[in-house]
Amino acid sequence: MTLKGKRVIAIGERDGIQGPAIAECVRTAGAEAVLVTTQCYV
Amino acid sequence: MDLESQGEIKRFAEQFGSEGLMVVLGSPDPESAEVFARTVTEGDPSYAGPLAAVPLGLPVYHILEDEIKAQVDPAVYERQVGLMEMVLDADAIVRGVQAVRVSVRRSR
Repeated sequence: MTLKGKRVIAIGERDGIQGPAIAECVRTAGAEAVLVTTQCYV
Repeated sequence: MDLESQGEIKRFAEQFGSEGLMVVLGSPDPESAEVFARTVTEGDPSYAGPLAAVPLGLPVYHILEDEIKAQVDPAVYERQVGLMEMVLDADAIVRGVQAVRVSVRRSR
């Protein structure tokens, strides 16, 4: 799956990789982070 | 996944369509990765949120998957993900997300 040109929903987790970190990564690949969230799964 | 986020995702997909839209997860274990992956493909497995019985069918990947990592600037990846990549069981997490993708493909 190519990230370039995609709109990405970044669903991070507090105890894993958080949403803003995912968003920053995918932006460097040419994707647009359109929704960014960090969940707390219990 | 919390109900507010489910609502946001549903509204976004309905308003702008799912074309060119994908999900990237950052879950720390296979269980939560699978639950979140199912929520954005087949619908909320707990039947509690706005995505209950709403099969968006969005392509879903994990930030730890090689296919995704290979496309990210290595310095940014190292800074943002490097530490967690070392401590999490990436293979098990990735297997969980891949299993959901396979099951979604088979059901179509």
